[in-house]
Amino acid sequence: MTLPMKILAGAVRHAILLTTGSLVLAPFVWMVSLSLKPPAELFSSSFTLLPQHWFAVENYARALTEAPLPRYMLNGVIVCAAILLLQIMICAPAAYALAKVRFAGRQVMFGFVLIGLLIPHQVLALPLFILCYGLGIFNTYAALIFPFVVSPFGIFLFRQFFMSIPDDIVHAARLDGLSELSIVWRIMLPMSLPAVLAFSIVSVVSHWNDLFWPLLVVRSQEFMPPSLGIVTFANAEAGNDYGPLMAGATVVVAPLVISFLAAQRWFIEGLTAGSIK
Amino acid sequence: MKAQQASVVDRRSRVETGFAETLAGYTLAGPALVLIFALFILPGAAVLAIATTDWHLGAKTLSFVGAANFTSLFADRVFRAALFNTAVYVLMVVPSTLVLGLSLALLIESGKSLRAFYRAVHFLPFMTSLAAMAIVWEALLHPTIGLVNQVFGLIGLPTANWLRSEATVLPILAIIGTWQSLGLALVLFLAGLKAIPQDLYDAADIDGADGVLDRLRVVTLPSLAPVSLFVLIVVTLRAFAAFDIVQILTRGGPGDASVMLLYALYRESFEYLTTGYGAAIAVIFLVIVIALAMLQTRVVNSRTSRS
Amino acid sequence: MATQMMRNALAGVSIHGISKSFDSAPILNGISLDIRDGEFLTLLGPSGCGKSTLLRIIAGLEQQDCGTIEVAGVKVDRLRPKQRDVAMVFQSYALYPHMTVSENMALPLKMRRLSAWQRLPVIGALLPKTCAVSAEIKTEVVRTAKALGIDHLLAHKPGQLSGGQRQRVAVGRAMVRHPAVFLMDEPLSNLDAKLRVQMRGEIKELHRRLGVTFIYVTHDQTEAMTMSDRIAVMLNGQLAQVASPRQIYACPADRRVAELIGSPKINLLEATARSEGLLTVAGSALAVDNKLDSGSSVTLGIRPESLQPAEWAGLNTLTGRLRYVEHVGADLFAHVDVPGSSEPLVARLPVELASNFQSDQIVHLQIRREQVLLFSADGRRVSEGDARVTPLRSYAQ
Repeated sequence: MTLPMKILAGAVRHAILLTTGSLVLAPFVWMVSLSLKPPAELFSSSFTLLPQHWFAVENYARALTEAPLPRYMLNGVIVCAAILLLQIMICAPAAYALAKVRFAGRQVMFGFVLIGLLIPHQVLALPLFILCYGLGIFNTYAALIFPFVVSPFGIFLFRQFFMSIPDDIVHAARLDGLSELSIVWRIMLPMSLPAVLAFSIVSVVSHWNDLFWPLLVVRSQEFMPPSLGIVTFANAEAGNDYGPLMAGATVVVAPLVISFLAAQRWFIEGLTAGSIK
Repeated sequence: MKAQQASVVDRRSRVETGFAETLAGYTLAGPALVLIFALFILPGAAVLAIATTDWHLGAKTLSFVGAANFTSLFADRVFRAALFNTAVYVLMVVPSTLVLGLSLALLIESGKSLRAFYRAVHFLPFMTSLAAMAIVWEALLHPTIGLVNQVFGLIGLPTANWLRSEATVLPILAIIGTWQSLGLALVLFLAGLKAIPQDLYDAADIDGADGVLDRLRVVTLPSLAPVSLFVLIVVTLRAFAAFDIVQILTRGGPGDASVMLLYALYRESFEYLTTGYGAAIAVIFLVIVIALAMLQTRVVNSRTSRS
Repeated sequence: MATQMMRNALAGVSIHGISKSFDSAPILNGISLDIRDGEFLTLLGPSGCGKSTLLRIIAGLEQQDCGTIEVAGVKVDRLRPKQRDVAMVFQSYALYPHMTVSENMALPLKMRRLSAWQRLPVIGALLPKTCAVSAEIKTEVVRTAKALGIDHLLAHKPGQLSGGQRQRVAVGRAMVRHPAVFLMDEPLSNLDAKLRVQMRGEIKELHRRLGVTFIYVTHDQTEAMTMSDRIAVMLNGQLAQVASPRQIYACPADRRVAELIGSPKINLLEATARSEGLLTVAGSALAVDNKLDSGSSVTLGIRPESLQPAEWAGLNTLTGRLRYVEHVGADLFAHVDVPGSSEPLVARLPVELASNFQSDQIVHLQIRREQVLLFSADGRRVSEGDARVTPLRSYAQ
């Protein structure tokens, strides 16, 4: 290609990608834009990105006070942290056993993991809902957490990683006097940090954003995670008072967007690995 | 004689140590095993069982009805609408996600500048809360103050009450679905492109296939075939599981124009409390997912055997 | 420290009738071996002969199907690896990549001297004695590191080290806890040739200094010959011969051992006994001391250095056509085609003779009769004065 052709090709590439990029980003831009505007400007037919009269403080203040938005966020943090912690505590030893310990029934057990990997969670919602009622934990944090404490995907991912660690490392650790459980915590997990990070991102993103299960088992705002919280807020608002609602939506998506921008590569690798299950 | 005795003793010690290793295995894997049983296997079996009953959620009695739930499902106008709508939705989302994802991936990879930026921008919707963004989409599509109608009105395109019109509601949901899945397809394609060895392009150059389109036809697209099949299945699985946008934006309306499989499952099981019926829908959903997953396993296997 | 010495002083390893199969494929077949306290014993054999498996069984990492292991007179079959008072250096070194050198070396001591509570990150530091014990461990790690010349690397991670440095760290991790027995699984095979020679000397020196039992696995005959007190040659899951390096070389128990040791390889020629004390081999006649049955066929083993150039053909002299000559510095290797053998005969000759040889010329090589090895049809060596072909016995005995 000649040089002018190259410049032209480059220009076309940027033109197209900037267009598609701005279309993809439009909802985010619009969300932030509306969150800054007073009600009067929402109805004006001439649309502008920035408000004529800044109303950001009012909108965000209403979002944070009228709906228990901070509470939703806190719930999100509690639920996501509890799920992630339990998942790692339960999945890592299991993955180690499947990868490095020779015991009868290992294949059968791995079969169960694969079956678990195959079943979408929505299919199980009904029996899990009944179980949740039976356990008397309806409308509690426990209800939000318990179906997810074991993650077949986590077991699968960790097992793949652990299998790539040489057996000699495990043997050396056994000779050094480590128990099987301390091999998991002191050797296997620290050596598998990329897998831990990828799994953590998948786990937190999916449970922060999950609507289906919280919708079933949580009724009071006290326990609602962010996604369900913002939907409840939207239903309560009912009118066209978009300012506070958009402020609320911005607050809900902000933590993940900021983390994403800070650790883009990890998010993309983690989430694509997660979708590959 | 002595040797025999020794071997008996030895065998016992072997059994004991084998037992120790098995014990270690089950101690480590036990909690996960029990939980997978309690939270996946048994509930799965329970869904199959409930699907053959006429149980209503909360009712004290139930009776076995065999396949009656399934026969009445397929006779049910709403369920048939759900199946049809889901199929239409999938058929809109999947091709557009694939074509757009592949085109954008090729375009991003064709130059060096701003690669990470473009990738990040297009990937962003995939990791944000669809519930929150659905609310934003509702504002965008608002019949009077929404950005879409404002812009369309300004440049002379038809405006509509997009989410309340039977003709537009599914395409609009499909656009939102595509918007969300696009990033996933994009990064998977980008990874696929990176994995194509430069040697192949060099060989194509030497063999005379040096134009952009030639290279695409001879090297890029054939090399991407396995990845494409894989993206196809992943995106299809996600499209079949669409729920949030229906629940928040349309609740299946107008009429039954946007009822989809998971929403029907949710409504039958938890709003109408016709639990047996809902379980039957879950079974059908499971069958679809398993069929796709089996296809995926075959793709992955053929991929690994190829590499 | 004194008790440690006392216990180590008795730390021989006895192996009785160890057998092991993987998926019904036998790997080890009735291995019995007594390793003396303080001995440097090498398990030598080609890959797949089971030597590493035997080492892992001694360590407790694999479980034998039958047989027993004793360390310092105590049966250890039911003890877990960490209870056996053995340390191991792995071929891949198996250093923990996420820990520094000092953490790698301290780990075995921490696991032994600190309780589970004391090992916890924050709480542990608050418990009584944790600090004192940790400081003690630190001192010992530094002392060991100094002895190995790696004290300047203590803060590094294994990924930042060269192969030789990693090797030393792996030795240090094994050394720091003063085990009764050192197990080494091909510890030098990942090093380049020069470093291997240097480390060979260092390990031998370490053995001399520590005075404890070393069991060393290798497929490299040079390592085995230069370092060992005794070599146990393993072939197909059995012990073929256990003897000092000199004996293994000079008096191999069978032809496989003879072929395994020595470079260039021993020359093997088919021969037939003619009459009392006379063999025909490659068209020549050879007088031997052994009384063999007339007509019986034997294999003649001749080390390359047991051949010397001769002026003309005659008794004890082989005649053939020179294929080519290799110069390897101090020596000359002449490859000679002799009748009745598809492989050329190799002779190690003084390098001054180089000008005497040209390709395709006919050469005569005289055999030093006293250095000839005779093997019967079943492969066992026919020892001096033993006329009859030795009956096949189990190698393990």
